[in-house]
Amino acid sequence: MKLSGADILVQFMEDEGVEFIFGYPGGAALHIYDAIFRQEKVRHILVRHEQGAIHAADGYARATGKPGVALVTSGPGATNAVTGIATAFMDSIPMVIITAQVPTAFIGSDAFQEVDSVGITRPCVKHNFLVKDVNDLAMTMKKAFYIATTGRPGPVVVDVPKNITDPGHKIPYTYPESVSMRSYQPIVKGLPGQIEKAVELIASAKRPMIYSGGGVVLSEASIEFTEFVQKLGFPVTNTLMGLGAYPATDKQFIGMLGMHGTYEANLGMHECDVLIAVGARFDDRVTGEVKEFCPHARIIHIDIDPASISKNVRVDVPIVGDIKQVMTDLNQGLRASKKQPDKKALEKWWKQIDTWREKDCLRYDRNSALIKPQFVVEKLYEVTGGDAFVTSDVGQHQMFAAQFYKFDKPRRWINSGGLGTMGFGLPAALGVQLAYPDAPVACITGEASIQMCIQELSTAKQHDLPVKIICLNNRYMGMVRQWQEFFYESRYSHSYVDALPDFVKLAESYGHVGMRIEKPEDVESALKEAFAMKDKLVFMDFVTDQTENVYPMIVAGKGHHEMQERELA
Amino acid sequence: MRHIISLLMENEAGALSRVAGLFSARGYNIESLTVAPTEDPSLSRMTLVTRGSESVIEQITKQLNKLVDVVKLADISDGTHIERELMMVKVQATTNDQREECKRIIDIFQGRIIDVTDKSYVMELTGDGDKLDAFIKTIDQSSILEVVRSGATGIARGSKSLRV
Ligand SMILES: Cc1cc2nc3c(=O)[nH]c(=O)nc-3n(C[C@H](O)[C@H](O)[C@H](O)COP(=O)(O)OP(=O)(O)OC[C@H]3O[C@@H](n4cnc5c(N)ncnc54)[C@H](O)[C@@H]3O)c2cc1C
Ligand SMILES: Cc1ncc(C[n+]2csc(CCOP(=O)(O)OP(=O)(O)O)c2C)c(N)n1
Ligand SMILES: [Mg+2]
Repeated sequence: MKLSGADILVQFMEDEGVEFIFGYPGGAALHIYDAIFRQEKVRHILVRHEQGAIHAADGYARATGKPGVALVTSGPGATNAVTGIATAFMDSIPMVIITAQVPTAFIGSDAFQEVDSVGITRPCVKHNFLVKDVNDLAMTMKKAFYIATTGRPGPVVVDVPKNITDPGHKIPYTYPESVSMRSYQPIVKGLPGQIEKAVELIASAKRPMIYSGGGVVLSEASIEFTEFVQKLGFPVTNTLMGLGAYPATDKQFIGMLGMHGTYEANLGMHECDVLIAVGARFDDRVTGEVKEFCPHARIIHIDIDPASISKNVRVDVPIVGDIKQVMTDLNQGLRASKKQPDKKALEKWWKQIDTWREKDCLRYDRNSALIKPQFVVEKLYEVTGGDAFVTSDVGQHQMFAAQFYKFDKPRRWINSGGLGTMGFGLPAALGVQLAYPDAPVACITGEASIQMCIQELSTAKQHDLPVKIICLNNRYMGMVRQWQEFFYESRYSHSYVDALPDFVKLAESYGHVGMRIEKPEDVESALKEAFAMKDKLVFMDFVTDQTENVYPMIVAGKGHHEMQERELA
Repeated sequence: MRHIISLLMENEAGALSRVAGLFSARGYNIESLTVAPTEDPSLSRMTLVTRGSESVIEQITKQLNKLVDVVKLADISDGTHIERELMMVKVQATTNDQREECKRIIDIFQGRIIDVTDKSYVMELTGDGDKLDAFIKTIDQSSILEVVRSGATGIARGSKSLRV
């Protein structure tokens, strides 16, 4: 089969099993767009801003585990994509992004719409390529998908100069079925000696704690992980990225840990004697002051990326490998082991944890005359039966969503943790809805965040994507306001969100349904009404208490045992 | 501690900037960096000299290993090794005294004079960094016109070798 570079790109996507390309056209990408026009297998989703394309592809990837694919033009198309690429990079999301480029002969000449896309994206991709010869195109694409989806996943950028996609130049094409690279060989199996050491350490634990993260989700290892946790009977806490990998409604789950984690999870970390870290990267939002982190614990760390191990916190038993495999081996090791954890000690430890739990650290004022953001999330949880896909933006609403929506399954909670990108929620929700057209998809957002990619309401209309937008409208960049209240004597510098649009009318002008909800007693019925509209995007503008803060909170420089808590009358 | 890290990497455009970018992005320091293709033209060998605590060096080697273009890596300062750097020094050499002095010192350091004009000499010297430093200190400072150093390269002693 002889094809042009443009046709090879699109044919390759089909052969690779790509369902959707999220994109936005432009001069350098026109040959590729023409090739997309002439086929029907791969669906192109036109967005309204390149950032939206990347976030949508990212949402699709997070919800499905399959790589997200995006296509943008050169110059401003590529630079607009950068925020999205960095977002995916920080959370290790598998993506392939094609950036069109000016023709090779023009590279370096400050040509029209030329930027050094490979240079600009280098620090925020797992890897990137510039294709210089159309004969390399198919193999480069294969490598891009291979690198993006294996090992520690991440975004890969392929920069494709316009002449490479020239419709007049056809070459033979066959789909490269496999690829191997001598310089890239991810480790899957943990060293048996390390597994043994871990089994021994686990058996010696008196106050154990399991701290798991996004790696369990990325590894599709929920089942093996849950078996591991339940066989041991140990308490388990998740990072923001790990929520759902272990069922939140299970009694062994003690909530999220870290800056806005629960009292019981953070104190459990502080007091534990053996910590088992699984696919988590000891982020500063989690550790707090590193010097105070788990002062009594010996630490086992399972991660596929050797560079994650002992990066921020020194660990005692590192295991480099894929969690799914390592969990299987550990479960087997534990079954075979003669030494088992001390049941009495574990019982005592649980008693201690239960006294911490009794504090009910997430409590809030349920009698308020104003809508509390937590209340909306609780009601959303009830109305959706706990089974919705929930995307989020960044701010207080994100923390309330994480604390109050109890995720029992992986890939249901979709948010930007590492980069914390406002504007992520809506386009990500569109990607999720495309992947699961019949599933309820909610986007929990704030009035500030939603405005960062609001234009994607138009994309939702064009492609009939009935996501439900839950805007917790506190008229503030609440998270910023909270910090200003705590650390700047309530000088609310530029955190007031002034001149807000009428979101109801705005939604309507895009052809969607808008609702404003102002009273606590209307929350539940409004949610029910909205979710009953199965084929409509509904923008729900909840007017919430402006003064609400996220608690508990560990402020900078403090340890897990020094949480700030809510005071209630 | 000073470490010498040797890398074998795919000889691809951009590979060098990935390494340099990694060091600047993560705030590691580079004392020197040399790179050239090997006998296998698809591979380049790079030698990096860096300083840092044990944990920083551990991160540096892990992060380098993680780069998709890096095929193999060794911290050759972990074991016994040979380190060499090439230096060329252009000095003023007009009077007989100056010329004699140059010849005497370069002999002591086992270097060579490789270019001669009526006004200048170019001297060539290889060795480890300390030796080159010592040489520079020894010669008449006011006569120095130009100094160029290659940066260190190195190789492990014995049968240990870095190859694919
Ligand atoms: C406003 C705001 C507040 C936040 N507050 C908190 C907070 O209170 N608590 C909190 O936890 N986070 C919080 N975060 C998120 C935080 O910034 C980090 O994103 C998060 O803690 C990182 O989660 P993680 O450790 O699970 O790592 P991830 O980023 O999910 O990384 C996954 C790890 O797993 C490894 N891995 C990937 N695939 C595999 C595999 N197949 N096998 C083995 N290992 C694998 C990777 O190498 C990596 O080390 C907050 C973010 C924002 C924006
Ligand atoms: C693109 C971007 N710019 C700035 C920030 C810093 N920031 C973090 S939270 C926040 C406020 C978010 O306000 P809103 O969306 O209304 O959510 P709320 O905290 O009020 O729930 C800001 C500005 C960010 N995370 N992302
Ligand atoms: Mg707000």
